[in-house]
Amino acid sequence: MADWYAFWLIAPISILSAGAMVLARNAVHAALLLIVNFFTLAVFFLILGSSFLFVVQIIVYAGAIMVLFLFVIMLLGVDRPVPLTERIRGQRWIATVLGLALVLEIGLAVRLGLGLSTGKVPDFSRVNAGGNVRALARVLFNSYFFPFEVTSILLTVAAIGAMLHGRRNIAEEETVDTAVGETAT
Amino acid sequence: MILAAIDWVEWALMVGRVVVIFAALLVSVMLVIWIERKVVADMQMRVGPNRAGPAGILITLADGIKLFFKEGVMPVTADAPVYLIAPIASMVPAMLAFAVIPFGPGITLFGRHVPFQISDLDVGILWILAMASLAVYGVVLAGWSSGSNYPLLGAIRSSAQMISYEVGMSLGLVAVLLTCGTLTMSQIVAVQGRHFHVTWLTWLPKWNLFVQLPAFLIYMTAALAETNRPPFDLPEAETELVAGYHTEYSGIKFAMFFLAEYMHTITVSAVGVTLFLGGWHGPQFHAVAWLWPLLWFLVKLYVVIFALVWVRATLPRFRYDRLMAFGWKFLIPAGLVWVLVTAASIELPAIRGNLNAAILIGSGTVILLALLWPLFTGSPQARALEGQR
Repeated sequence: MADWYAFWLIAPISILSAGAMVLARNAVHAALLLIVNFFTLAVFFLILGSSFLFVVQIIVYAGAIMVLFLFVIMLLGVDRPVPLTERIRGQRWIATVLGLALVLEIGLAVRLGLGLSTGKVPDFSRVNAGGNVRALARVLFNSYFFPFEVTSILLTVAAIGAMLHGRRNIAEEETVDTAVGETAT
Repeated sequence: MILAAIDWVEWALMVGRVVVIFAALLVSVMLVIWIERKVVADMQMRVGPNRAGPAGILITLADGIKLFFKEGVMPVTADAPVYLIAPIASMVPAMLAFAVIPFGPGITLFGRHVPFQISDLDVGILWILAMASLAVYGVVLAGWSSGSNYPLLGAIRSSAQMISYEVGMSLGLVAVLLTCGTLTMSQIVAVQGRHFHVTWLTWLPKWNLFVQLPAFLIYMTAALAETNRPPFDLPEAETELVAGYHTEYSGIKFAMFFLAEYMHTITVSAVGVTLFLGGWHGPQFHAVAWLWPLLWFLVKLYVVIFALVWVRATLPRFRYDRLMAFGWKFLIPAGLVWVLVTAASIELPAIRGNLNAAILIGSGTVILLALLWPLFTGSPQARALEGQR
């Protein structure tokens, strides 16, 4: 019952914050609304009985990724309202079509995979016996070990790639600030 | 009816616990600020606060009343909604982290067991990490929304610093949860209630401090940086940035930042006590049995807080690049190595029990000696400088 109240309390906030995030003109405001949205998602995980995903959602998305977003926004000073002119011709139409296609695809995938509103609430208490963290670890490190590791390698490769792209030629730039005693006499 | 189904006594006890712990936290903040000013004054051979109340103990109350009645000035260039949210965003995580700290085994009231803990989440440690990661927002948003240069610089420094040291802090915590085998705070305390099995060590409780000494040091160092306390208080370095991220705040909003900072200090100390110093464990007596654990917890808490104040009075502020280098090139590798050693000592099948504690203590000592080595021989930079002369 408490789950039911929590869901109907949080669900409108979730949808409103998501909508407001898309419509916000100011990049920092949009980022803040996205944080609110991530929070509501975290609460949904809690309602579904996964306390681990609830906390991880807060740590990883609300805590780490959005802080980096804000960091970049502040550092690059892109917090001015963005002019809504199209850079690419017909971008808006193509984006609309692709967006609708994505929604359709997700709907279809869920429908084929799980079936919508079968009315049956899955019983997580049996799976979670012995702790939600253990249950998740068992699935992640047994059945889905290979995809899990491949994903982590993919992310590492992406990070290294980004570093290589972002690296300027160090030899051309002389280091300005050196620690005492390294080069100074 | 729905209303009849609700367990009102349970709810009342819950609300009672929340209110009591919140009030205790606020009073502790007042006390800690006074302790800090008094101890630092003693160490600098000054008198310190001595006007309001006996030995100036009411100084914080006086400050609070003053700040409450001061005018709140908002800069014209400020982003109003974010500017108003920022102090709240910095205070709420500091308070929420306290929800999972166990102060004692509890007491029996109205025929039911009431633990001295708001909520014993099954992911307690992770909850603390989550709240630590949210603490950045108050600083970042305050700096950005002030619409002024120094706060922005302070906020950028601070977010970089807090993200970096968060990694070090979580590595310290990972080592603890590996040895304890649980994420629940109350169980971590229970695990530390056991004693060593070696004959000449049976008097010693198996606190994580002894088996996880490097993790404790890593955690406390990172915690100092997370709370922006000296020597890591670069986000508010007065000599460089006026007052850092809260330069443009005044009145009650400034008071909230101040409050949040000290709440963070108390929170990280309480987490340190719970995870490393055996939580509420201590000599137990029969008279008023429920009170002793509470007392031991508070004693340990104030010892840790005193240590933090001591560090503040002793060490000068880091330079920014040194701070980042220390975090990334030293603290994180040390944390990784320590997690590796801990995992190995748990998983190696033949040496369970006391031997794996011995391995941890032994390798911990070796790592500590390696860390302390430069103190005796001088740093590489210093030696290079000597060579040039």
